[in-house]
Amino acid sequence: MSETTLSPAAAGKVGSIRSGRRWALILAYIFLGVFVVFFLFPPYYMLVTSFKTDHEISSLAGIPWIINESPTLYHYKNLFTNTMFPTFFKNTVIVTVCSVALSMAISILAAYSLARMRFIGSTVLATGVFLTYLVPDTLLFIPLFKVLGFLGVMNTKWALVLVFPTLAVPFCTWIMIGYFGSIPKELDEAALIDGAGHLQMLFRIFIPVAMPGIIAATIFAFTVSWAGFLYPAAFIFSNDEMILTVGTVTTLIRGDVYHWGGLMAGALLGAAPPVIIYAFLMDYYISGLTAGATKG
Amino acid sequence: MTQPMTHVQAVRATTRVREASLGARLRRIVFRKSTLAFALVLPLIVLIGGLILYPFGYSIYLSMLNKAETRFVGLDNFRFLFRRETFWMVVQQSVIFTVTAVFFKSLLGFILAHLINVLPNKRQRLWRGLSLVPWVMPPALSSLGWWWLLDPSYSAINWIITSLGGVRIAFLADPYWARFSVILVNIWYGSPFFMIMYLAGLKSVPADLYEAAEIDGATRFQRLRYVTIPMMRNIIAVTVLFSTIVTFANFDIVRVLTNGGPRGMTELFGTWAFKLGIQSGDIPQAAAVSLFLFPILAVLAFFILRNVSKRASEI
Repeated sequence: MSETTLSPAAAGKVGSIRSGRRWALILAYIFLGVFVVFFLFPPYYMLVTSFKTDHEISSLAGIPWIINESPTLYHYKNLFTNTMFPTFFKNTVIVTVCSVALSMAISILAAYSLARMRFIGSTVLATGVFLTYLVPDTLLFIPLFKVLGFLGVMNTKWALVLVFPTLAVPFCTWIMIGYFGSIPKELDEAALIDGAGHLQMLFRIFIPVAMPGIIAATIFAFTVSWAGFLYPAAFIFSNDEMILTVGTVTTLIRGDVYHWGGLMAGALLGAAPPVIIYAFLMDYYISGLTAGATKG
Repeated sequence: MTQPMTHVQAVRATTRVREASLGARLRRIVFRKSTLAFALVLPLIVLIGGLILYPFGYSIYLSMLNKAETRFVGLDNFRFLFRRETFWMVVQQSVIFTVTAVFFKSLLGFILAHLINVLPNKRQRLWRGLSLVPWVMPPALSSLGWWWLLDPSYSAINWIITSLGGVRIAFLADPYWARFSVILVNIWYGSPFFMIMYLAGLKSVPADLYEAAEIDGATRFQRLRYVTIPMMRNIIAVTVLFSTIVTFANFDIVRVLTNGGPRGMTELFGTWAFKLGIQSGDIPQAAAVSLFLFPILAVLAFFILRNVSKRASEI
């Protein structure tokens, strides 16, 4: 049999594979469209509601996911002038910046040590770090309530700066160990011979080379703290110290009448920073996230 | 990627720090290496020890005190829980919630990953990004949106139902619809995570395996059954186990949507412990409730660890 000439049957098969692929692509787009409508409808509906007047929100006329009367910025203005929302936002930024800095400092130092310097119990510790990553916040908030009481930080944002790193550090350390471990050993041998100390090596070689990993870990720590809900709900009760998530859920709902417009505006503004960050840095984050599971 | 570039930069950096006498430096580094290594992990040990391990042990102690925390009562809190109807309802709801939500998240994530993987490479980024939005929004805030979406009288879903001639559904007030709703929102929030993990898994399957299967005349289903799933077994296992822990321990979605109601039908361990401990001030009872998360966590963590290390040894 000659290899270059295709039998009619084989040619037909190739053609059917090709048209099969085109159909698969068209079907994929249709189903993806359905999925994306399901995924994006809630945020879209929140956005539309936040621009509606109270009158329209409480009327039953008209299609609900279209703005039927004239759109308004009232809810956003009201949020910034008449509610505690700016305070919540400021507190969230403070808590997030502090806890991300603390988490990253702890995990970079520890990951460098665990990836490169062997000492008694270092492998056990690395496994232990991975296990603590699996500990959910719902398991520990009751005893932490007491512990933060002893420490005298209850009902302050500093309580959150202390506890958010417990959720972020294990994962950040884990993926940083992976990134640091993938840096070729020859590099630190060269550096050692050149007389660099360990700290110099960390700051001049490891951190710049492992930047993608550091970005991924930072995004993770940011998310944990920005979206945190149980810890602030349990440890913060005064509005002055409250952060966005809990503040929006608890204080913007007044009485029996739900201020849907304001509520949706607040929820969207609170969700905006993570969404914007992911839009720009998604690739770093995904590679860090999947590396954690696929590398081991 | 940018590997060669960074390599060059790094080497340049090391030459910059070339200084001082070689021997003395090396000796000093060797001498203090393990001390320094320990000093670098010390903050981590303090954090994990002080704010994870100690609270965990303390939680066991707390769960054996009376309500006023003045007297040691042994296992009385647990005995009391076993006699309460609410407890068994929480157990039942936690299992239903977790199993259903994880199953559908996994299924939808798997389908979604395949759909995205079919697209040409340059289109994948956009669709992946759009599908990730639910997972990127803080769940407490997106649950607020769902709350409004499920509102019995004024909102969109019921508007569609009534326009189609149906009867309004009180999603969050009817016990069974409330169960359905919290699971639905959890699926909405969690399936993008599965999509990301499965997509990474799909990409790691060597393309020549599919080519070989195709030449052998394997159908689409056979390729899925005999190539994709065996190759992705490990990542599926790790993702499902991990998500099971997180779903079982869920707090924010249920807290915002139903607050455990109606009649405690959607209560999970986390939300119930919150009510008992933070709102009613019965810390020991709440500690006992939240400790029930631990056995589940321990069993699943064992399997995750086994999968992760198996994977590592395969490589």
